[in-house]
Amino acid sequence: MYRSHVLVCGGTGCTSSGSQQIMDTLQAEIDKAGLKEEVCVVQTGCHGLCALGPIMIVYPEATFYSMVKNEDIAEIVNEHLLKGRIVKRLVYSETVTEEGIKSLNETDFYKKQHRIALRNCGVINPEDIDEYIGTRGYEALGKVLTEMTPDDVINTLLAAGLRGRGGAGFPTGRKWQLAKDLVKEGKKYVCCNADEGDPGAFMDRSVLEGDPHVVLEAMAIAGYAIGADQGYIYVRAEYPIAVDRLQIAINQAREYGLLGKNIFGTDFSFDIELRLGAGAFVCGEETALMTSIEGKRGEPRPRPPFPAEKGLFERPTILNNVETYANVPQIILNGPEWFASMGTEKSKGTKVFALGGKIKNTGLVEVPMGTTLREVVEEIGGGIPNGKKFKAAQTGGPSGGCIPAEHFDIPIDYDNLLAIGSMMGSGGLIVMDEDNCMVDIAKFFLDFTVDESCGKCTPCRIGTKRMYEMLDKITKGQGTLEDLDKLEELCYFIKENSLCGLGQTAPNPVLSTLKYFRDEYVAHVVDKKCPAGVCKDLLSFSIDPDKCKGCTLCSRVCPAGAISGTVKNPHVIDTNKCLKCGACIEKCKFGAISKK
Amino acid sequence: MKSLEELKAIRERMQGRVGVRSEDENQTRVVVGMATCGIASGARPVLTALSDAVQTRALDNVSVTQTGCIGLCQYEPIIEVFEPGKDKVTYVKMTAEKALEVLDKHVLGGQVVTEYTINSMK
Repeated sequence: MYRSHVLVCGGTGCTSSGSQQIMDTLQAEIDKAGLKEEVCVVQTGCHGLCALGPIMIVYPEATFYSMVKNEDIAEIVNEHLLKGRIVKRLVYSETVTEEGIKSLNETDFYKKQHRIALRNCGVINPEDIDEYIGTRGYEALGKVLTEMTPDDVINTLLAAGLRGRGGAGFPTGRKWQLAKDLVKEGKKYVCCNADEGDPGAFMDRSVLEGDPHVVLEAMAIAGYAIGADQGYIYVRAEYPIAVDRLQIAINQAREYGLLGKNIFGTDFSFDIELRLGAGAFVCGEETALMTSIEGKRGEPRPRPPFPAEKGLFERPTILNNVETYANVPQIILNGPEWFASMGTEKSKGTKVFALGGKIKNTGLVEVPMGTTLREVVEEIGGGIPNGKKFKAAQTGGPSGGCIPAEHFDIPIDYDNLLAIGSMMGSGGLIVMDEDNCMVDIAKFFLDFTVDESCGKCTPCRIGTKRMYEMLDKITKGQGTLEDLDKLEELCYFIKENSLCGLGQTAPNPVLSTLKYFRDEYVAHVVDKKCPAGVCKDLLSFSIDPDKCKGCTLCSRVCPAGAISGTVKNPHVIDTNKCLKCGACIEKCKFGAISKK
Repeated sequence: MKSLEELKAIRERMQGRVGVRSEDENQTRVVVGMATCGIASGARPVLTALSDAVQTRALDNVSVTQTGCIGLCQYEPIIEVFEPGKDKVTYVKMTAEKALEVLDKHVLGGQVVTEYTINSMK
């Protein structure tokens, strides 16, 4: 029995800021202090506040240490663990108040969150099946196998109103129902889409790293509901920690007989295998993903037939995303009414978002559907750093669009986002401030889709390339107003004619920025200016002779030798030589250099 | 594992352990003074005895934590019991056995063990 548990985040975020070494030091210091029998160190998944990593929580006090350094460990062990004195200077500043240290759940970051999919992330050791069972793990599977019929399971999901968390928001219960009923006999498959490819999205990774068993349990439940005995998790190879923990979880579940033959002594058998993706974005599309599992080149195919009828190996298949599965056991245990009580009319439950970009609390949050963008960005996310102004939020990655400030108060759910030209997507939420050029953002996403288009269909293969070229022309100041119209026309053409979701949604970043930030496009085309000061070809650097003191710092730092002048006399930039790298602006102490 | 009973057995065994990591406003907090003075007069066995008892019995409405010096070093080992909505009760000169008695009678039974409280020292 341990009287105290020290939880150290072992998610990718904290691992890259050194949490592994911290765990080792911590264990060594605990041994040294003779607390080995009293205090245990637990490696957990992500807590969400990746910006403050490495993160360490000491229970039962629930003291939240952030940005812990290796040299702080001895102090934490000797003061806190040995003598019970919390090391205040290392505690997450938001939890320190005049009255003492407040609970983590009362901080702005966690207060409005409601964790269902992330329930166990950062709480249990993902590599220990017993800890998952200790938090009611595999109880839902037991209940389903012993008390419910497949139809009961499907009806529960339908009543809960769970919709796919991977992007399009198709009702999960409906998907399972089709797979169960369209073809009654023979082999069927349950697949999990863990090929999270959107730039800036890491929700699924965190669930896999922090609570892998929940996915296995939900897949087994799905297998029972549709009559499948084999599951595949398609996970990208770029997630090594997630892959490791999934494999450990599968092995442990097999050992306990929670995967395999005759689970819980019933007739139901189910097993799961991993398939690693090689990093192609298109393999997140369901038909391409299944083609890839089959061992073929990952290219999409036309639908219908839908996977529920003819999917993997031409057999009925369901494919759900990681976060969708993570909700299922909780719905079974707590009932559909509980789940349906959260969220908006047509979007029930919660959604996990990965906050990134110009935001203070970079990390992972789970909020009820219907929470406004403002609450997520300003309250939970802590707002935009350096006093800059919010300009737009990008949701849904390369398939989604930009939400401008005028829609800041929109309650986030599937239908609202679609209505304003974006989409839920998998949950990446990239915040942009006034220093971001929207044309440049659209170009960035198009650059991504051009690379990732698989090339099977022409509208996507050639269309995205042409779109990129037009955007490139505009950012170089060579565009015309006619180009804007052509660009828009091309967007609609690609949307209507592409084979799969990748092409059908690829123009969204362009369309939404054209819609909400047309003036920026016009500024690039007509005035040949980039209002945000991003597009290099439209910038010109100059030194204000009144402000310049002639300190020579700029001319010394200029890599191109473009700045000339003598000491104590105003300097001049030779715009022909200038590379527009901005090094001089960073060095200038007098704010004399401007880019326009 | 071939039955739900086996799953339940593991869950019950683990619940106490994972329960240490729960945060609940309605929990009764038992706080043990663990400064140098407390440790020197034997607070560590008191703390571990309480912590073990709470976990073995899976008492998820009780949390056992430690704190620093309360300022009454001559009365250490000290434990304080914070029940939600009630005044704090301070017990002094604790031993593992006395602490378990407090857990049973006061924390679980609702009856303050007056003979061990700081008031009885006057």
